[in-house]
Amino acid sequence: MSSDVLARREAVRSDRTARYERMVEIRTLEDAVRGLFAEGLVHGTTHTCQGQEAVAVGVASALRPTDTVCCTYRGHGHAMALGMTPLQVCGEIMGRVVGSIGGVGGSMHLCDTSIGLLPTFAIVGAGVPVAAGAALTAQVRGTDDVAVSLFGDGAANIGAFHEGINLAAIWKLPAIFICENNQYGEYSPIATTTPIANIADRAGSYGIPGEVVDGQDVDAVNAAVEAAAARARAGDGPSLLEMKTYRYAGHSRSDTAPYRPEGEFDEWYERDPIATFGARLVAEGLLAESDVDAIAARISGEVDAAIDEVKAAASPGVASMFENILA
Amino acid sequence: MARMRMNQAIAAAIADEMRENPDVVVFGEDVAVAEGPFKTSDGLLAEFGPLRVRDTPIAEMGFMGAAVGAAATGLRPVTEIMFVEFLGVALDQLVTEAAKFSYLSGGVVKVPMVMRASVGAGLGFGCQHSQVMESWMVGAPGLKIVMISGPHNAYGLTRAAIRDDNPVAVLEPRILYAVRGDVTTGPEGIIPLGQAATPVSGDDITLVGCGSTVRTALGAAGDAEGWTADVIDLQTLQPWDTEAVLDSVRRTGRLAVVEECPYSGGWGADIVSTVVAEAFGDLSAPPIRITAPDVHVPFGKELEQRYLPNPEYVAGQVGELLATGESPPHWWERDGALV
Repeated sequence: MSSDVLARREAVRSDRTARYERMVEIRTLEDAVRGLFAEGLVHGTTHTCQGQEAVAVGVASALRPTDTVCCTYRGHGHAMALGMTPLQVCGEIMGRVVGSIGGVGGSMHLCDTSIGLLPTFAIVGAGVPVAAGAALTAQVRGTDDVAVSLFGDGAANIGAFHEGINLAAIWKLPAIFICENNQYGEYSPIATTTPIANIADRAGSYGIPGEVVDGQDVDAVNAAVEAAAARARAGDGPSLLEMKTYRYAGHSRSDTAPYRPEGEFDEWYERDPIATFGARLVAEGLLAESDVDAIAARISGEVDAAIDEVKAAASPGVASMFENILA
Repeated sequence: MARMRMNQAIAAAIADEMRENPDVVVFGEDVAVAEGPFKTSDGLLAEFGPLRVRDTPIAEMGFMGAAVGAAATGLRPVTEIMFVEFLGVALDQLVTEAAKFSYLSGGVVKVPMVMRASVGAGLGFGCQHSQVMESWMVGAPGLKIVMISGPHNAYGLTRAAIRDDNPVAVLEPRILYAVRGDVTTGPEGIIPLGQAATPVSGDDITLVGCGSTVRTALGAAGDAEGWTADVIDLQTLQPWDTEAVLDSVRRTGRLAVVEECPYSGGWGADIVSTVVAEAFGDLSAPPIRITAPDVHVPFGKELEQRYLPNPEYVAGQVGELLATGESPPHWWERDGALV
């Protein structure tokens, strides 16, 4: 499993066409989750990331597998961008033994340390100081690894955000704090919870660089994270990046997002990160027009096959609940 | 063997672990330059330098989270919560993140961090700086909880906690920091977690204490007339040494648990329920709990001393239990107690 995951990671690091394919894969699996719920095959809830694929793939493409990533419960896309397979992710969503931690975590709890992914955080903001701590390890041991905290716009108003970034700033830790501003904190529009337009502006109060990035452009995300990572690896401290993006789905499975103003979705969908990037690759001659449909069809088949494999897999046995409580 | 104060024993334990393992780092509020408000990190900055010994902002959630991240990626951080009450703002990181990482990684990620905290009443710090609050953590699987009871075990338990691959909370009774005692240092001084100690043996009752109440129980047993007790120091509250307690109670037939905290929700309830379930037939009297009342720790010196179970009170409750075979009322339930 691990070599497969690392190869998938290397693909998005080195190849822009692979980045496009990974974004398609993420969208395909996220769209399929809805159907799995309808079939009664998913217990609990999920938080999907359609519309935010460029952030996931752009970030993963700019990091090394030895870098640490602290990600949120909206993590299916990030996990796959980092290299996790649809089988591992869907297996966990459906609570089967083929999931990334054997099906005992569920949609919000993915982990694969071979690609640097610590257990994903289902508590808003909790991963921010934890990333600072992972960056401390790199600093104390003298490696040039970095640690990344991915969090939503909602997390920018919780104490952990302030305490974690402040600590990283005063200790000049090799960390990158990436706010995925998808415009909504749960059901609330960002403007109702946050008195400034750009969360990146808060970087100034920590004396670190802050940058607003077009989160719908995978190339822009990649470039911004590459630059912040280079800065961190050089010992110049943390950065705060704000990826402006949009959540196509509601907050969680049960949320149909009725609070969205009319036309907002369409406006963002016109700049769909996958369609935009696909057109760019065609314009650059890296993809043929016909490749776009062929890729979609191939990946759809692969994701369907993974889902079938998950459906055929066992649920974890009773003994699993007693395992790994203590190290 | 060396004679030292409890705070010195703690600092010595951390220093010895730092000498042996470059992954051990220390951070918290005023632990570096000031060497800790209770002088529990004396000499660490001077010997190990600012890369490994750091002062943090007054931001417990931030530095506790950093401890989680550092531990999950290979360091062995030792953090200090100056007063355990400050853990309230950082509790998520300890019980919801650190304690669950092993489970949420399929056993791959270990979080070998230590959260040291001063606990308890008796120093006139008022009700927001005098609690023990072990109840915030008992019942959080994945976390170990240690309570030291003096210089003699502060060194050994602290070293064991740093060596453990799990998150460990080490609770240090504030009132004991200045107490001197003989300490076995070096590798032979390390005390395995999960093992109780029985500093005094007797026949008529098992007195179980933890942290500051070990001294209380020993005082009661030492002055007792007409009865003798096994005094058990749990040392580790989670997981606690079930066998040590059951073996003793099966022999003495009686149990009194001595706790510093309010009655409701106290750790002693676990001890009593286990003893009742496992050794019911060996009991010759109802097990009792000797605790503080369900109130805030009062400030005034006399009130604070009244709040805490003391040796005379413990001896009185035990004497009454032995004489009547029935649970004695708590002091605050007795006629005239509240005037």
